[in-house]
Amino acid sequence: MITKDRILELLDYVKDPEIPAINVLELGVVRQVEVEADGKAIVTITPTYTGCPAMDVMAADIKKELLEAGVPAVEVKMSLSPAWTTDWITETGKRKLKEYGIAPPEKTADIRALKGEQPVVACPQCGSTNTVMLSAFGSTACKALWKCNDCLEPFDQFKCL
Amino acid sequence: MSQQDALFTYTLRQADDLLILSHRLSEWCGHGPVLEEDIALTNRALDHIGEARNLYTYAGQVEGKGRDEDALAYLRNERQFVNTKLVEQPNGDYAHTIVRSFLFDAYHLPLAEALTKSADAQLAAIAAKAVKEAQYHVKHSSDWLIRFGDGTEESHRRAQEALDNLWTYSGDLFVMDAVHQDFVKAGIAPDLTKIKAAFDATVDRVLAEATLKRPADGFMATGGRQGKHSEHLGFILAEMQYLQRAYPGAEW
Ligand SMILES: [Zn+2]
Repeated sequence: MITKDRILELLDYVKDPEIPAINVLELGVVRQVEVEADGKAIVTITPTYTGCPAMDVMAADIKKELLEAGVPAVEVKMSLSPAWTTDWITETGKRKLKEYGIAPPEKTADIRALKGEQPVVACPQCGSTNTVMLSAFGSTACKALWKCNDCLEPFDQFKCL
Repeated sequence: MSQQDALFTYTLRQADDLLILSHRLSEWCGHGPVLEEDIALTNRALDHIGEARNLYTYAGQVEGKGRDEDALAYLRNERQFVNTKLVEQPNGDYAHTIVRSFLFDAYHLPLAEALTKSADAQLAAIAAKAVKEAQYHVKHSSDWLIRFGDGTEESHRRAQEALDNLWTYSGDLFVMDAVHQDFVKAGIAPDLTKIKAAFDATVDRVLAEATLKRPADGFMATGGRQGKHSEHLGFILAEMQYLQRAYPGAEW
């Protein structure tokens, strides 16, 4: 019988298909893990962005990982409420994003971009805060496009939601 | 109309607005004026279609006849679509595309905010998911409208022209018929006069900064919520639905 802890261990191997540097636990999308008496696992995840095409892939990857590890049956449920926010990305997740070259999101309480101010975002390459947002919409739904004025590298930022 | 039919219709109205606007924005894919905008518009299209999918799925459940999101999007005719006339208007130049989105965003954000408090738990959950994305949308279309209006003589002229052309379709966003009135009483839908007040505040603030003139509220081209559309919707559906109509049930 596979325990809930074992399932959480296995979920550690399921990466975000668009940002393979972090896994689904670090991304904060796993809301609940239940194991029924017959061993069936029910994993409830919450979508990041409404239209994020990675969610279907994540659900399929979770199923595959658990089934291959011997879980007899797996159901992945999608839950909209409470709505995911970037605050749910774990500290480890944020560190890994940075190492991968993506500036982590600021705290939602400090969502200055929406009040007309630019948030202070440090360049993941050189650490400079002399940076500028080029576009609020980047290579995927969750990212904004930035440029560092010091090292001149463009970079992605996981935008605050 | 039963409560169930009314909820189905109300949910469908929002879903149709988002799907059709999303389709229009997707037409810019690969044709954006600059790379960042090409990406921005496709991202926005994705946000809209994501919310539309949630709403269609819910509408299908409410209706209870086994129709899923795809059946509702691909297998209804023009007169069965209940989106506003605004969102089906052609892309035109970039000023038209931005103004169309701006008018919709200025309505969509306060609507989503209000719906987070809806007595209908699923509509509230869908809105809560969409509300922060909607903030990014308003910011995006406002920034461009200000840049155009307060830009060169040419960009100012084109932005004003787009505003003058599209204003007549903005009235369709605020039409409250019997279905809607009942839902306001039940706490399911917000009173659109309140949404209009928020819309007006955003429009006035942004137009002032953009040095653009707010058009007078003259004749408003309404009827979209009753399935009466401009000539454009049929062409959109012909393209969007072709595959499912020609090869029913096709998947890939
Ligand atoms: Zn740098």
